Amino acid sequence: MTVQIPRRARAALLAATAVTAVAALAACSSSSSTGAGATGSAAGGTSASAASGGTYTFWDPYPQYNASSAWWKLVASCGTQAGVTIKHTAYDTTALTTQALLAGQQGTSPNILLVDNPVVSTLATAGILTTTAQNGLSTGAIAPNILGAGVLNGSTYGVPIGANTLALYYNPKVLKAAGVNPGSITSWASLTSALAKVKAIGKKGITFSGINTEEGSFQFLPWFWGAGANLTNLGSPQATAALTLWTTWIKDGYAPNSVIQNTQTTSWQEFQTGDFAFGENGTWQKAGAAAMGAKVIQIPAENGGAAPVPTGGEFFTIPVQKDTGSYATSAKIIQCLSSTSNIVTTDGTLNYIAPTKAGQQAQLSADPSLSSWVSAVGVAKARTGDNLGTKYPVISQQMWTAVQKAESGAATPANALQVAQSAATAKLSQ
Amino acid sequence: MTKDRSRARSAERQRDGAAVPAPSRARSGRPRRPARWRAQAAAWGFIAPVVAYLIAFYAYPLYRNIDLSIRTYTVASFITGNAPYSGFANYSRIFRSPTFSPALVNTAVFTFVSIAFQFAIGLALAVFFYRRFRLSGLLRALFLIPWLLPLLVSASTWSWMLNSDSGIVNSFLQAIGVTPVNWLTSPHWSLVAVLIANIWIGIPFNLVIMYSGLQSISTDVFEAAAIDGANGWQRFWRITFPLLRPVSAITLLLGFIYTLKVFDIIWIMTRGGPATSSTTLAIWSYQLGFGSLLPDFSSASAVGNVLIIIAVIFALIYIRARHRLEAT
Repeated sequence: MTVQIPRRARAALLAATAVTAVAALAACSSSSSTGAGATGSAAGGTSASAASGGTYTFWDPYPQYNASSAWWKLVASCGTQAGVTIKHTAYDTTALTTQALLAGQQGTSPNILLVDNPVVSTLATAGILTTTAQNGLSTGAIAPNILGAGVLNGSTYGVPIGANTLALYYNPKVLKAAGVNPGSITSWASLTSALAKVKAIGKKGITFSGINTEEGSFQFLPWFWGAGANLTNLGSPQATAALTLWTTWIKDGYAPNSVIQNTQTTSWQEFQTGDFAFGENGTWQKAGAAAMGAKVIQIPAENGGAAPVPTGGEFFTIPVQKDTGSYATSAKIIQCLSSTSNIVTTDGTLNYIAPTKAGQQAQLSADPSLSSWVSAVGVAKARTGDNLGTKYPVISQQMWTAVQKAESGAATPANALQVAQSAATAKLSQ
Repeated sequence: MTKDRSRARSAERQRDGAAVPAPSRARSGRPRRPARWRAQAAAWGFIAPVVAYLIAFYAYPLYRNIDLSIRTYTVASFITGNAPYSGFANYSRIFRSPTFSPALVNTAVFTFVSIAFQFAIGLALAVFFYRRFRLSGLLRALFLIPWLLPLLVSASTWSWMLNSDSGIVNSFLQAIGVTPVNWLTSPHWSLVAVLIANIWIGIPFNLVIMYSGLQSISTDVFEAAAIDGANGWQRFWRITFPLLRPVSAITLLLGFIYTLKVFDIIWIMTRGGPATSSTTLAIWSYQLGFGSLLPDFSSASAVGNVLIIIAVIFALIYIRARHRLEAT
């Protein structure tokens, strides 16, 4: 590959390189200046809006809805009430995080950003989001455990649209055949003995998602917290007890080996085969559960009672803008969207439980079957809560790795969790 | 290749030189130097778009990747643009990480075992199809199917087939009385499972290139060997294999680079798991950069750069080998 280049040609090559480099730079700067121009005009638009309407940008992670949906119409009407036109854009959840970061970098953040709750602390750390003190959003009526995901170092960065969480779906036909009374399942011991009875009649016990992604941590947390473990100490005996519960189920054949690979969707598909007695899954599956006749109970804690479950769901946030005067209007739009009557309708379509007592009451009176979900959300905890914030993703990654190692038999639960704790400590102390 | 071209170019130049006193040039009466300058300027003009393209799409991203890896780049620096310089801290951290050695070993095993099987099976099939027979065209086309399928489709299909509880492979094993294997969920088998899928996907590439390489070998050589009494085995080892060496070398190098960076098959089938048992450097880099809620771009790009360095080392070995081959 050694090409002999004559000296003169080499000089020319250098010159050409320099010229094109300059040209490329010029192209870059010109494109970025047009970008800035666009921002400027957008900002101009928003500042003008304070006086005479204008266009507000609104991003959400619901690509399943389009302009003709009730959700889009609601957003548009709340905009109209605040005297502005809404430019609504939907991304899928992962793409939205990237888009929000990119827009923050370019200074083109949307006026209102509806974003998955564990991402709030990441975006807040990046300095993209305003606090409720800055933007004037009121958080008074919202249940503190649901609001938790939006709180970082004492500041609140948004309000929840609603919450979903995990519970245990069960198949009444399988339980009846095995002679198990679902009401008797109140602790790990009673659940495990129920699984044994189910296995004895040739059916399958329980399915969950123990995959090595955030979903795996999400599904493991009810058991982890239910044993009394804390995310700040993965190596604790309580954590080991929770992981041992899972690995014993797999070893004893109460849970299939596929849980190691299951996403929550594939786990749900397993449950839908009708062979499984239990399936750990989320609020979003309740319509499908009703269709197959499945019922739901809360996930038991180790020694009885309901285990704390992690909350899912999005937060309304107001990203930092050049024109700080736009925050008041954005806040007005969000208060409209999260008013009790509106949020009950929205949460109905999104399969969420409302974040306020009043909203939950309204949901319950419309659909009493939601009661177990309302109580599940009542004992739910934010993953990034306890002021963990951006420490949570680091801990979570180590936790799902430990879960994987133990499930697959690559390490004992105690070993895997101790390694995870020291890895997390090392990463967090960097 | 470049050598040939430069030789051709110098030959042209000589011809040009010889043509200077030719009547046609002399008659035009144009001075020689400006014409030459103009020709050179035009040449550089033609090259400029390529150079610009290379800088914009190759040199700059590469520079950014290196820059990222020597800074502490957090989500906040993504917004503010300030990432403190950290030298080789990211590299020393990934080298000391407990994931590094399994990832490196998995990458090596995955790459070399994949290539060995893909190449051997591809070559065997190429030799097999070299003698045309009835339906050979159809059969050869069938072998290309793995290549035509989107990777997402083939990897998903493999992961269904290898599912522990409901996969067809385990049902088959059970039917013939072999204990089923937890292909994707056992730390001992997950790498084997993704290897099987990757070998299957890579065979057509090797088959096609080796087959076309075979076409370029003159049949006279084989006939001569047959007349001299060489049997099939001898003909393969003494003629086919040595004459295919240049084609083999490039196939192996391309295969190496393709396999080194394989991501989709592993990600879809095992996500690098369980734990780190099928994590390669490419998977690890993705996990660091995009796998969690909190991206760690600096470490991810450091792992990416390690991959690039490995690829470059092997490319250099290839070039070395080629030169030696040309010299002989």
